[in-house]
Amino acid sequence: MKLPAVTDVPSREEVVPDGALLATYDLVVRYSSAVALDGVSMHVGRGEMVALIGPNGAGKSTLLNTLSGIRRPAAGRIVCRGKLAHVPEGRQLFPELTVEDNLRLGAYRGGSRDPDPIYELFPQLHGLRKRRAGGLSGGEQQMVSIGRALMANPDIMAVDELSQGLAPIVVSDIIRHLVALNEEKGIAVLLVEQNARLALGITSRAYVLENGRVSKEGRSEDLARDPAVHKAYLGGQVGQ
Amino acid sequence: MSAFTEYLITGVARGLVFALLATGFVLIYRVTRVVNFAQGAFAVFGGLLTFSLLRAGIPQGVSEVLAALAVAVIGLIFGVITIAGKIPLLSSLIITIGLAMLSEAIAMLAWGSIPISYSGLAGHDFVILGAVVQRQYLLVLVVSLVLFGSMALLFGRTYFGKAMTACASNAYAAKLSGINVKRMGLLAFILGGALGGIGGALLTPVEPMTYNADVSLSILGFAAAIVGGLTSPGLAVAGGLVFGLTEQFVSGYWSPSYDTAVALALLIVVLLWQARRMRLEGLE
Ligand SMILES: Nc1ncnc2c1ncn2[C@@H]1O[C@H](COP(=O)(O)OP(=O)(O)OP(=O)(O)O)[C@@H](O)[C@H]1O
Ligand SMILES: [Mg+2]
Repeated sequence: MKLPAVTDVPSREEVVPDGALLATYDLVVRYSSAVALDGVSMHVGRGEMVALIGPNGAGKSTLLNTLSGIRRPAAGRIVCRGKLAHVPEGRQLFPELTVEDNLRLGAYRGGSRDPDPIYELFPQLHGLRKRRAGGLSGGEQQMVSIGRALMANPDIMAVDELSQGLAPIVVSDIIRHLVALNEEKGIAVLLVEQNARLALGITSRAYVLENGRVSKEGRSEDLARDPAVHKAYLGGQVGQ
Repeated sequence: MSAFTEYLITGVARGLVFALLATGFVLIYRVTRVVNFAQGAFAVFGGLLTFSLLRAGIPQGVSEVLAALAVAVIGLIFGVITIAGKIPLLSSLIITIGLAMLSEAIAMLAWGSIPISYSGLAGHDFVILGAVVQRQYLLVLVVSLVLFGSMALLFGRTYFGKAMTACASNAYAAKLSGINVKRMGLLAFILGGALGGIGGALLTPVEPMTYNADVSLSILGFAAAIVGGLTSPGLAVAGGLVFGLTEQFVSGYWSPSYDTAVALALLIVVLLWQARRMRLEGLE
């Protein structure tokens, strides 16, 4: 796929290529009063890692909730040619249930309920499997949340605020797993991250969302060098 | 000795009926976080409907099952009214109180205000340790044990039960996992209605049912359920037994007019104990 360089919001035809695993098309989402998404077009290819960055309140979580069907768009279209699993902001486990039950519920829509593959991926979770999920540390909870999403056997994972409240070493450990899943199993990833440096560092493409609109998009490395992006999200001058 | 045994057995049997009401509370609360104060009304409808079906010449067992099914439908209707819209939990609670009052009015219009009853399980009363016990209590025992067992299995062992629990535990995450939270809530109301209906149908032969019995039944059921923090079917059964026995011994050895007062005092103690336990576990 030919990747465009950094552009300002491109026209629709460029945005939704055929064969994309997931694409939105002029998506509009409103809360009772405010417009949270104001014509968002974006896509993720099969096996691609894409970052979605932007300031607080830009509409990133709203976009993910709309992709997973929790929010209904007021206008626009979503095309998803695979299974999407959503790792929500703030982990969102079932605190009263055990780690194992949390994982197994990830397969509610069908497929195998055997959590062993998740324990292979995150061996620490095996020892915790009988513990109530509410009593785990933040990093452990994030692993359960990712594990639960993986139980759905997804083609694409939408991960919201992976690094929130976690120590850097835990973040890099989980990121390593995510990259491995992408490389070994070909699971596409749409990564929403406050830590733009991290997000742009591991993805190949990225979108910048501001005020419910895609303000910039392009290759992650190009975006990381873009002066405006650099100033707003990476704190400082290009080349630092 | 025989008086003691009689109080004991009657207390256990009535405790089991309270526990049936309590498990209805638990079921609905566990899935929707709504405290359903119309739970007693389910029991009233269960008893009154069984009465009418029997009068229509339908056999006892069939009448009871049909009544429970009809109350399950009432449960569904109450569920739709209570949780279908995006109603805050506190308002839902008020709605259930309103539905309980509406139920009283309907029950009085349809069945009048005279206590009604019908005979329970046919056959002679039996004698245990010198105490005469109505055969109906045997039915209460068997039916409640089966229902409690099924509920413990449902929530403790089955995938579906875990999914039901997940709805109230984190509705948002449940939806993300593909669980239809609203439908699960309505199902809980249906099952809660059936449990209440069965409780009422079983209770009426040993204690005549009136249109306004729902208040005391709701309070006793709630009291039993709160022993398990409204989420544990097992502890709700224990709570039901405690309240059933308290009521019998107080009215037997002291005075029938004190039984409710003592049960309510006990409820306050349980609530205080619950609050303390929650504080200690940091669940507040
Ligand atoms: N449930 C809601 N009801 C009303 N408005 C909402 C709701 N959820 C979000 N919003 C509003 O929609 C806008 C987008 O919110 P959203 O949570 O999608 O932003 P975000 O990019 O994920 O922000 P953050 O980085 O802080 O997580 C914000 O202005 C927010 O106030
Ligand atoms: Mg967000």
